[in-house]
Amino acid sequence: MTTTRLVVVAGIRDMAGNRWLAAYFAAFVVVAQSLFWFGGTGPQVVLSLLNVVLMVVPLVSLVFGAMHVYASREFVELLLAQPVRRRDLFTGLYLGLALPLTAAFVLGAGIPVLMNRGFGANGIAVLALLVAGAGLTFSCVAIATWIALRTDDRLKGIGMALAAWLATSVLYDGAVLAFASAFGDWPIEKPMLAMMVTNPVDLARVLVLAQVDASALMGYTGALFERTFGSALGSLVALGALALWCVGPWFLAARRFDARDF
Amino acid sequence: MIALRGIDKRYGTQIALDDVSLEVRPGTVTALVGPNGSGKTTLIKTILGLTRPDAGTVALAGVPIDREGEYRRHLGYMPQAGHFPEHLAVGEVIQLVDALRRGIAVDDDLLHAYDLGAIWEKRVSALSGGTRQKLSAAIAFRYAPQVLILDEPTAGLDPLACGILKDKIRRVRQAGCTVVITSHIMSELEALADDIAFLCDAQLQFSGPVVALLERTKQPRLEGAVAALLRARSGPRPDATPRYDAENIPTLERP
Repeated sequence: MTTTRLVVVAGIRDMAGNRWLAAYFAAFVVVAQSLFWFGGTGPQVVLSLLNVVLMVVPLVSLVFGAMHVYASREFVELLLAQPVRRRDLFTGLYLGLALPLTAAFVLGAGIPVLMNRGFGANGIAVLALLVAGAGLTFSCVAIATWIALRTDDRLKGIGMALAAWLATSVLYDGAVLAFASAFGDWPIEKPMLAMMVTNPVDLARVLVLAQVDASALMGYTGALFERTFGSALGSLVALGALALWCVGPWFLAARRFDARDF
Repeated sequence: MIALRGIDKRYGTQIALDDVSLEVRPGTVTALVGPNGSGKTTLIKTILGLTRPDAGTVALAGVPIDREGEYRRHLGYMPQAGHFPEHLAVGEVIQLVDALRRGIAVDDDLLHAYDLGAIWEKRVSALSGGTRQKLSAAIAFRYAPQVLILDEPTAGLDPLACGILKDKIRRVRQAGCTVVITSHIMSELEALADDIAFLCDAQLQFSGPVVALLERTKQPRLEGAVAALLRARSGPRPDATPRYDAENIPTLERP
């Protein structure tokens, strides 16, 4: 655990000086504050911010995460040449990247909400938004790490990270629509629910929308999810599935780190 | 001190090491030489446990290396190029490795010789390539290791820093440290190495004292001896193109 703690602290210190991370934090501050300036109230701001979060958080976590892992490769070799256990080192490297990214998002989106007293009656929705964004960050950083550890070619790895973002944030909606249109006469509830669980971005979306009165924005899968589980249980199921999306890729990446040659 | 037995390593269809067996004597400097892509770095990384061989064993002082990595407490490693987190200060990098190596006496010789204390607060991103290499050297020697693995240690260093590093290598060798070093600068290796291991096409072609290699190849200098090994490996060529000879470098003449 000492190795993990030391590497996490070093990772956080390194990321604290990173301009891209500062820009990521500032972008969320500007977007959230602008939404309040343009007359948004609590729920409107949450819904508008949700759309930004669902696009930007996975994109930045996947691409920045993969680039960071590639850039750290030689330093990881030096650390591996010290008397350390690979799993401890991996956990430290992962948290040293995921924690600062999560902090940049949570603070960037949270500070304007606090300043504008946006929590109030919408406290749960705001909290859900922050939890969903944090969950997406941890999940996407783990996926990016796994991709970068599997693919030695930097360009190919970053391309794969971009493809993962495109698939979960853009193509997925089209696939759901095509599936629903093609098999509309069939009982497709269960396959659709299964489809939803395969996408952490959709899970994050449903987790937040379940906390605001916005049924119209739920979409096909969200409405189906709420109808099947109800609002409270649905939130718990979405949260649990999102947690699995953090643990699963982390485990895959950790196994890859243990086994790979440097 | 280091014993490698029947090491095989493949990357896909490419053979990096083919049945390599090598004994590194304790308290000696062993130079690992060979053309680019001959498997030198793979061999070094195998000793460090960064790369796992497909077959064969690596033992340090008679004890096979394990996956836990505790044996690396006795190893120092200087990679080809020093890469560190860009936004950490020099002091933070050293303190991190100190903490990971907890409880080990430190040797500050290179830290002082390279005056790294003067840039203790400076960020890695502000350092030149040579200064990063100095930092890398200071870390490798800092924990008084029993075995030092140096992968092209003088690459990017100025002549003064090179001299300091070579002096330090000689001193740790006299103190009983076993050193494995790779370099493409044969004169440098000639001045430092007791033994030489020559890798070519993923196979160990020669290993033994430098003197034995010079006698075998009938060459007065290491550069010529290694060139002779390379020539013997590639075999006679039908054309009459002049080949490189350290003692008799051909000159180009206008037609």
